[in-house]
Amino acid sequence: MIRFIARRLLLVVPVLAGLVVLLFLWVRALPGDPARALLGQRATPAGIEAVNELYGFDEPLLVQFGIYVRQVLTGDLGSSGYTGEPVVASFVSRFPATVELTLAALVFAVGLGIPLGYLAARRAGSWLDGLTVGGSLLGVVVPVFFLAYLLKLVFAQWLGWLPTDGRQDVRIDATHVTDFYVLDGLLTREWDAALDALVHLVLPGLALGTIPLAIVVRITRASVLEVLGEDFVRTAESKGLAASVVRRRHVLRNALLPVVTTIGLQTGLLLSGAVLTESVFAINGIGSYLFTAISQLDYAVLQGYILFIALVYALVNLTVDVLYGVIDPRVRVS
Amino acid sequence: MTAVLPPPAAAGAPSAPGPVDEPGVSLVRGAWRRLRRDPTAIVGAVLVAAFLLVALAAPLLAGYEPGRALPGNGVTPSSVPGPSPEHPLGLDASGVDLLTQLVYGARQSLVIGVVSTSLGLAAGMALGVLAGAFGGWVDVAVMRVVDIMLSIPSLLLAVSIAALLGQSPISVMLAIAAAQVPIFARLLRGSMLAQRGSDYVLAASSLGLRHRTVVMSHVLPNSLGPVIVQATLVLGTAIIEVAALSYLGLGDGNPATAEWGRLLVRAQARLQSDPHLALLPGACIAVTALGFTLLGESLREALDPKGRR
Repeated sequence: MIRFIARRLLLVVPVLAGLVVLLFLWVRALPGDPARALLGQRATPAGIEAVNELYGFDEPLLVQFGIYVRQVLTGDLGSSGYTGEPVVASFVSRFPATVELTLAALVFAVGLGIPLGYLAARRAGSWLDGLTVGGSLLGVVVPVFFLAYLLKLVFAQWLGWLPTDGRQDVRIDATHVTDFYVLDGLLTREWDAALDALVHLVLPGLALGTIPLAIVVRITRASVLEVLGEDFVRTAESKGLAASVVRRRHVLRNALLPVVTTIGLQTGLLLSGAVLTESVFAINGIGSYLFTAISQLDYAVLQGYILFIALVYALVNLTVDVLYGVIDPRVRVS
Repeated sequence: MTAVLPPPAAAGAPSAPGPVDEPGVSLVRGAWRRLRRDPTAIVGAVLVAAFLLVALAAPLLAGYEPGRALPGNGVTPSSVPGPSPEHPLGLDASGVDLLTQLVYGARQSLVIGVVSTSLGLAAGMALGVLAGAFGGWVDVAVMRVVDIMLSIPSLLLAVSIAALLGQSPISVMLAIAAAQVPIFARLLRGSMLAQRGSDYVLAASSLGLRHRTVVMSHVLPNSLGPVIVQATLVLGTAIIEVAALSYLGLGDGNPATAEWGRLLVRAQARLQSDPHLALLPGACIAVTALGFTLLGESLREALDPKGRR
């Protein structure tokens, strides 16, 4: 098992290294002077000189690359060209909000997607199946930000059932320990704060979770259908095992393997989907920060965040692969 | 952001056995036969045909010039003129006939969708053929590049390209194409690898055909099916992605272009007073994407040899 994890970990290294090279070249290929691009609005003659010194923009390309790699390895990714906030600190402080939103979207997608996909497969061809498959098609063709606006318009503005934006009502005087607001409320036993944070997650979670929900439903349905046709299921049934045992031990366990992989892939994609959702619901996470960085072309932030997101994406997929190895021992060997 | 659809439900859903083909019916013929009887395919084809028709006949359907505000249009910060005999859907937030904008928006989506998908397809196929034809270290190197491209979420990939090239229609197309390259490359490589072990490839090689001929005239044509199907699906997502880029302020930089995503973005401020300004372009995007998705899905199902049981 450890060898499997190590081998899988080694595969991540070349991808991240390649990405570092690409990002390095990207900043140098930007239109105009790279130091000016990195400084953005804060560019002054003295500042440009300092950045040139820091990154060695006057040095040969290889030396510059060495400097960049050293900075990346020591965790220094520069500062925002607009606010001057260090990129790493801005990421760390906003990451919890995005993780919370991503988890909300995942809970919605997986919690609803697996049962729906399973039921649809068990009753393939029924009206429930048709509705599920049709709904899952609709789920992927609506632009995320449009869906977010619609949800906000209907449930927050017209019906007034849910809050329109933010992570927590400003009137609630909540103590923040971890910056995961729901968790904070539970830890400090401020139940109203936890509940309020949770309520604020409903609409953004729905908006962000719709595409993964559609995909989880389809994968689950396809996978269950395939397993239902397998010989070992027939064998189990003819052995006289109870239907519920066959369903749980034989069908679900085997059918969920591809679903786990899909969930991993979707988790990574959710991070970039959050750019759109967070900006609609004014959630102060990495998504809305990236949204601002994109509209201002804040290259230092973009460069750092792309690297971070790719790293998180790689780690999530690594975890999923390891999990997969735990569930299905055959994977470890191949 | 790009929603890459997973493979559809195993075609042979237990309760719905596919039509039985007589022996000797070719795959394409059989697929065509199945398609004609598949309501999903018909709905998809009708939607796509309607979209193409609107896009091509835009000047005939529109009645006005896109992107040009009508003088004395009566657009105020709180309201826009509603439907009237001259303007069946009223005006949009910038004072242009909404129907005209929507109709020309179809044209814009078609152009961007087709060009970017063709670019993505061409580059992805080039990489896929390289990896699939040579194998060995070429395969490893190419697939590592593809892995790196896949490790950047497509939205951020699009953003970095738009930042490099500045705002123009070309950078929008390249940005969308770049996100598609790894999808096509992986698919074609996988499909070619699956063909390489086939008997007919072995036969061709043992006849003494050159490697190049075997790859180009035998393996490649037989591997294209899934790629073409994927292209149909990707066309649908490309149309959604254009809208997302517009929302991020990375559109083509010309405010006069009639583009569904931009109409949607401009309508956000008036969502309370005039929701139709957002709902109509939103529906156009969704319906068009749905058409391509339905068509692509049923194509995939029809071409799947498993469906011939």
